[in-house]
Amino acid sequence: MPVLLEATLKSAVLLFVLLTGFAYLTLMERKVLARLQARIGPNRAGPMGLLQPLADGLKLIFKESVTPAGVDKPMYFMAPVLVVVPALILFAVIPIGQGPTFQLASDINVGALYVVGVMGVAVYGITLAGWASNNKYAALGGLRASAQVISYELGMGLSIVAVVLMASSASLADIVEAQMPGNILGWFIFRQPVAAAIFAITAMAELARAPFDLVEAEQELTAGFMTEYSGMKFALFFMGEYVKMIAVSALFATFFLGGWSGPFVDQVPILSVVYFTIKVIACLLLMIWTRATLPRMRYDRLMSFGWKVLTPVAIANVIVTALLIVLGVPGYK
Amino acid sequence: MNPDLPILVLLGAVSIASALGLLLSRNAIYAALFLVLNFGVGAVIYLLLNAPFIAVVQVSVYAGAIMVLFVFVIMLLGAERLSPGENPPGTSFQRPLAIALSGLLMGLAIYVLFARQPPAVAAPPPDSSPLAVGLSLFGPYVFPFEVVSVLLLVAMVGAVVLTRNR
Amino acid sequence: MGLKDVLTRIPVGFATVFKTVLRKPVTIQYPEQQKPMSARFRGRHQLKRYEDGLERCIGCALCAAACPADAIYVEAGENTNEERYSPGERYAKTYEINMLRCIFCGYCEDACPTNAIVLEPIEFPTGYTRESMIYTKEMLLESPPINVPATPQRTPPGKYDRAILPFPPIDESQ
Repeated sequence: MPVLLEATLKSAVLLFVLLTGFAYLTLMERKVLARLQARIGPNRAGPMGLLQPLADGLKLIFKESVTPAGVDKPMYFMAPVLVVVPALILFAVIPIGQGPTFQLASDINVGALYVVGVMGVAVYGITLAGWASNNKYAALGGLRASAQVISYELGMGLSIVAVVLMASSASLADIVEAQMPGNILGWFIFRQPVAAAIFAITAMAELARAPFDLVEAEQELTAGFMTEYSGMKFALFFMGEYVKMIAVSALFATFFLGGWSGPFVDQVPILSVVYFTIKVIACLLLMIWTRATLPRMRYDRLMSFGWKVLTPVAIANVIVTALLIVLGVPGYK
Repeated sequence: MNPDLPILVLLGAVSIASALGLLLSRNAIYAALFLVLNFGVGAVIYLLLNAPFIAVVQVSVYAGAIMVLFVFVIMLLGAERLSPGENPPGTSFQRPLAIALSGLLMGLAIYVLFARQPPAVAAPPPDSSPLAVGLSLFGPYVFPFEVVSVLLLVAMVGAVVLTRNR
Repeated sequence: MGLKDVLTRIPVGFATVFKTVLRKPVTIQYPEQQKPMSARFRGRHQLKRYEDGLERCIGCALCAAACPADAIYVEAGENTNEERYSPGERYAKTYEINMLRCIFCGYCEDACPTNAIVLEPIEFPTGYTRESMIYTKEMLLESPPINVPATPQRTPPGKYDRAILPFPPIDESQ
């Protein structure tokens, strides 16, 4: 059973890294957002506020866990778990670095499809949290979440299809290899700029982050599906959201920024992990920057943008890409 | 013996249990979620049968898209609670019909299972990579594939026409 | 919003937000740093002194009477020439303001016959307990001018017979 043991060990390490990453991502978001708004951000807990995630975690653990009357108990307790698990299992197919040491299952030939499937299933947690809470705001948040994810999943899937066409493989390891030849221009963000833009937009919509955070719009829905959650259950939603942020950034880095590739990776394999991490952090910073810049969209605009702009453009992009590949245009063969 | 047999038995049990839960649950949301579980079990069985492409498509299409729409509509209509013991008027014929039809289906399945001779030599697992699936869809099965796509197009146009405001 | 707007205006927005990073944060780290208050801000009370170090407060408790929130408590004591706190017969032996009750209306200022109590732009009362929010005379009293002894002082008889000094003060050398 060495395979099973190896997979278990790798998963454990990955989980540890992800959960630490989640904790420090919350700090990074608060710090960066503060600087983008001419503030300082948390700096009290520990040097430069570095113990802030610990303080937040302790606070949430010791908070009273309120279960409101009239909730649908099984669903109410299952929903936070259903949010966290898809976010974590997304990493199974993402190649973190060069060689099998840093990869879990990234060589399966349906990796890209797996990503689409897991992203689609991830919405159940939010929808059910909204339904089970027995609260109007929560229900509205859940409804918005499911409608939004269904609408933007199409665009995301089609942008991934363009990438798969370029790499002529749905395995994420192959997609990284396809971006390797030569210089930085091999990255799909330069060869597939439209797909990259669509993926970035739809990914932020699937994450329900600003400017697409209608799901938890504080002003209208008082945190939406999370309204009735407190203590550790709330912390799980938070964890799900931030781990998914990391996952989506990792996917963007893999699909469009050349994954773990970079200079000297063949000589020093550990460098590939460093490059990958840098790319992921760059994506995360871009997401935070977007949150600081753009106001929330109106709901009808969100829907018409998804269906009338993103989806047709994504379909056109797939057709054009296929044509370019069939015609053998340089850079597309 | 097939090493996957215990897993298959377990999956079968979960599959039957979730199907029963779907039938017997009086709450439409729970019924929908049991169906999602059933699809998930189906996907795992496809994985065991060495067909990861079908498995992932099963999850992303059925569990990820269609059932999300189901749950969405149930929530939107607030129709999740069924009044106990009462059936809507005009549907009294449906239950016996459903029992008869499902009995027929089950009989057919059992007949096929036992009447057919198992192949002497296990066939080599078919190539189920996305490439092979795509080639067979656009090769030998191109006609049914196109028929299905036209059917879906007709359904889409029909839905748009039915819901259009005049 | 057309494609042109998306390509021109949204990058402008992103650039504007990014420029903020280069700016100095406007945050003031409150307990360590404090924003200077306006000179005319009427914040916490201070009990004033004369230039010779004697307290202005004569313990008349008119402030307590004027206080709409009943936040002030004054207990008077007798002055002697050996232990003199303020001009005249009496001084404030106890002077307490409950800062939780005070509404900072400034009526005490108006009521005071000697201008002893003044709302000043100094640090605002904060505390963790109710007890710590009752400010005593020691906390409220301003420190004496440089090179002037604090109270009680030993004073020559007859010099401070009047509680309320005539204004302007009589220069006895003339």
